[in-house]
Amino acid sequence: MAEESVKLLGYWASPFALRVKWALKLKGVHYEYVEENLPNKSPLLLRYNPVYKKIPVLVHNGKPLAESLLIIEYIDEAWKQNPLLPDDPYERANARLWAKFFDEKCVPEVMGAFASKGEEQEKAAKARENLKMLERALEGKPFFGGDKIGFLDIAVGWIGIWGRIVEEIAGVSLIDAETMPLLTAWLNNFLEVPVIKACIPSWHELLEHNKGFHKILTGSST
Amino acid sequence: MAEEVKLLTTWSSPFALRVVWALKLKGVQFDSIEEDLSNKSPLLLQYNPVHKKIPVLVHNGKPISESLVILEYVDETWRQYPLLPDGPYDRARAHFWAKFSDDKVSPSIWGVFIKQGKEREEAFDQIFENLKFLEEELKGKRFFGGEKIGFADLALGWIAERVCVLEEIIGVKIVEEEKFPLVSAWMQEFVKVPIIKESLPPHEKLVTKIRGIREKFLGAA
Repeated sequence: MAEESVKLLGYWASPFALRVKWALKLKGVHYEYVEENLPNKSPLLLRYNPVYKKIPVLVHNGKPLAESLLIIEYIDEAWKQNPLLPDDPYERANARLWAKFFDEKCVPEVMGAFASKGEEQEKAAKARENLKMLERALEGKPFFGGDKIGFLDIAVGWIGIWGRIVEEIAGVSLIDAETMPLLTAWLNNFLEVPVIKACIPSWHELLEHNKGFHKILTGSST
Repeated sequence: MAEEVKLLTTWSSPFALRVVWALKLKGVQFDSIEEDLSNKSPLLLQYNPVHKKIPVLVHNGKPISESLVILEYVDETWRQYPLLPDGPYDRARAHFWAKFSDDKVSPSIWGVFIKQGKEREEAFDQIFENLKFLEEELKGKRFFGGEKIGFADLALGWIAERVCVLEEIIGVKIVEEEKFPLVSAWMQEFVKVPIIKESLPPHEKLVTKIRGIREKFLGAA
């Protein structure tokens, strides 16, 4: 059988690249990691993702794929061990729907609170409202995937880290233990899973990196 | 076993149309429930409490929303006339083009539709860039799905179904045949497929409605 080549083009501070790393690690897939020196995009990245020109990009036996959630579904289909999505079509649809909701309704609101100068509290309130809705998908289970981590857990999980960073830098509350007990409990469990924890970048480095980002986005001097 | 398939929809929604196409291609019997979006029904609010939008597919009482998620559910539940190819990589590519349709193509065409002057020129640049990728993807293929229409065709199909309506309203060609011969050919082939053709919304009614939407937008600007 021909040797398999799996490459991941990523960026250390990207939560979207982290999602893909988590998926690969959960499946026990060996891969070569290529760090992009953002904002300078390499010719390789531009060749592999001419449409969006973004990381993460997974290259499997020379064939490139972009968009983190699509990549994770691909990984789930290409490597059958430790399934990330359930078998039942209705449950699969629900997992995809919630992941889409998170990317389209929670992430922009969190980013909005992070990038705002003056309106961060209002935007954070909206973000909290939408994040709270995710608890419906937990329904008394330890993970979104049930007894073990699944697709939706790795789609949403990074908010546990980046959410706290935004809270600290922008001075807002996003994940409130009192009003979101299920989400808080889930995050605490999720981030302690060894395979998950091992991939998380250094808190201090992420904080410093995002402080710089925040300055640029808000045009502030401090 | 009695199966109940309902689709909460509106006659003019291009997103609902994707689902109608998929169900018809698979020969699935379904009931269409027309929604008045200015006065959303308790049924819609019950079945899609998060987004409160159509289309919503209700299969044996279980609701699914978001047209592309519905499409995938339909493909996984009714296996005849597969919309997605077999191999994981080709499936991922089909999903990629479907996402591209909603992320990039749709906003760029809407941009041209509601903008004017210099802003419209810039919007055209965006469209051309997006269409170039589609043109490239169609090389050597009759449809995005190959010889028959598939998932990506249904996702992008609104271009074939709706762009002529927009062009009629603004009096400007958006997809020029000389610039994008493959996309133009695909558009014509797509609407000729019998199931697609018979499901198209009534043309004049659609023109009137969308013209009204544009006027509202321009009036509010």
